[in-house]
Amino acid sequence: MTAETKPLTKLDAEGLSLESVSMWHTTWRRLFRRRSAMAGLVILGILILIAITAPWIAPYDPTVSMLDADPPQRIKARTAPCIHLLGCPEDQPQHLAGIDGNIRDQFSRLLYGARLSLMVGISTVGFAIIIGTILGAVAGYFGGWWDNAIMRVMDVLLAFPSLLLAIAIVTVLGPGLINALLAIGIVDIPIFARVMRASVLSVRETEFVSASRALGGNNFHILFRRILPNALTPLIVQGTLGIASAILSAAALSFLGLGAQPPTPEWGAMLGAERNQVFTAPHLVFYPGLMIMLTVLCFNLIGDGLRDALDPRLAHAS
Amino acid sequence: MLQYITRRLLSSIPVLFGILLVTFTLARLIPGDPCRAILGEKATEAVCARFIQEKGLDKPILTQFGIYIMDMTRGNFGESFRLGMPVTRLLLERLPTTVELSLAALIVSMIIGIPLGIISAVKHNSWLDVGTMVWANIGVSMPVFWLGLMLAYVFSLLLKDTPFWLPPSGRVSPGIPDDTFYEVWGWIKPESGMWAATLEFTGRLNILNSLLTGNWKLLKDSIMHLILPTLALATIPMAIIARMARSAMLEVLGQDYIRTARAKGLRWHSVILKHAFRNSLLPIVTVIGLSFGSLLGGAVLTETIFGLSGVGRTLYEAITARDYGIVQAFTFVIAIIFVAINLLVDISYAYLDPRVRLD
Repeated sequence: MTAETKPLTKLDAEGLSLESVSMWHTTWRRLFRRRSAMAGLVILGILILIAITAPWIAPYDPTVSMLDADPPQRIKARTAPCIHLLGCPEDQPQHLAGIDGNIRDQFSRLLYGARLSLMVGISTVGFAIIIGTILGAVAGYFGGWWDNAIMRVMDVLLAFPSLLLAIAIVTVLGPGLINALLAIGIVDIPIFARVMRASVLSVRETEFVSASRALGGNNFHILFRRILPNALTPLIVQGTLGIASAILSAAALSFLGLGAQPPTPEWGAMLGAERNQVFTAPHLVFYPGLMIMLTVLCFNLIGDGLRDALDPRLAHAS
Repeated sequence: MLQYITRRLLSSIPVLFGILLVTFTLARLIPGDPCRAILGEKATEAVCARFIQEKGLDKPILTQFGIYIMDMTRGNFGESFRLGMPVTRLLLERLPTTVELSLAALIVSMIIGIPLGIISAVKHNSWLDVGTMVWANIGVSMPVFWLGLMLAYVFSLLLKDTPFWLPPSGRVSPGIPDDTFYEVWGWIKPESGMWAATLEFTGRLNILNSLLTGNWKLLKDSIMHLILPTLALATIPMAIIARMARSAMLEVLGQDYIRTARAKGLRWHSVILKHAFRNSLLPIVTVIGLSFGSLLGGAVLTETIFGLSGVGRTLYEAITARDYGIVQAFTFVIAIIFVAINLLVDISYAYLDPRVRLD
């Protein structure tokens, strides 16, 4: 940020030299200068680390009740967190996030939950972005019949509240994590198609596109080399929100009992199982929700940073 | 403009047809035997055969679809077998709750979200901008169901016996008179028909009704019950709107014509409102339109958590219980509302950006 306020940055100097600097290289460097994006990257890094090392750092098995453990432990269900550093008596076993309704260590379950959430967000949005972008680009660029046909189908999909449509699709496919992912992916397609179409529409009539056409560029060239790069910024902003909403929707489906099934340690399902105990055992609701929020937050922060970093107009403006 | 609107209206007919097709198919794709799902596991073969014949489920699928379309367009939504009442009645009973909740949430999110977004774009990189964006990022990352439960925990349990206490569930406290405006005004409600439905629907919008009848007790109670669900439901759209408003404004503020407008000596706030804001409205309007989706989806969760019998919760319960009548009718009605909103968004595109009209 501070470097950007200088009239001539190192980047400009590099740009003036013969050495070429790729867009992604500059984006990456600008991203690193943003504190919020860095915070997001750090949270994501920690989450990935947790997801990978969960089997080693989790103190207990996330799916096995301690009553079945060897030796069986006599612990009451929904015990509040016991942290030795915060004054919990040393003679009691330490449970950083308390015990859940089935007498399992909540902290271990929270750690394992990171695996699912990351997988959920990236796979569903990847699926939705690829299909949505292609459909939206074709609709916006070719217009006419294509536009009508594609966008009407999208309108039909959009005509249902996303969560309700996802619930309906899952009911047809049958509850389960994979079906929930598929449902969320399908439901998200129109969002990307619409954003893509809107930005194609706004760029389609600009001079550089006409120029490219006048120079003999074919549709494919114009669409993917001239228009798509200019439509990337809104797509990335929306894509970030997309990962966020995908993780949120998956958690919501699990919360309603349609996504991940017990005893899978999924944050939404953990929260849903204990939601009636919020007044008596708030820790069982608080921590899974906090983890969902942090995961979604880190994607939002990174995406926001990317948005600013990708925008050439912002590069030297501020 | 008129021509554009007519064209858009006509082009939404296929969408309506698509919605009918989807709701019809969905209800038939839901696994399980409809007879046993509705009449119970113990229904005998003979009973089932009669049931299937009565409901026309033995007719060719295209005939069934035709009958279905005819029924839907006439507003004949059939009956809920589980609850044993006409679906139209149920809809009139449950829709006002959801309408009130989503409208409140939408208004709150727009009133707060848009100005916040504009201010943070104009004061780019100031502490206000950073603060707003940190808040917006947290808001947009908030699971509705978690926020709802935590709000209920804080305001109903921790703040008990303080003036800030708010009810954790329900729509009105028991014992508060909620006479409808048409009863108070002495209007006579006909037995059935469009007018009766309109009266009944409006009469159940508690806030409007209490304002019309001057029932301040009901107004205060309804608002108190509405605050927590509205907060839970509005947070995500509010944050999304603020982010999009900021992002769109930043995009526009970097344009040459803004510099020109400033250079020719226009006042800064008139540049922002007339030159920048109007041109950044397109993505903001899109995102507000799309927010309706998250609002009604969020309504399922919010209504579940705060014990409100609205459309979302009823539909969710109907889907899991395979109550075809409710599933078809409620999805259809919600979808119709959505199509209308999408249409409004598209028409506002043409109004906001003349280039769109010319394609």
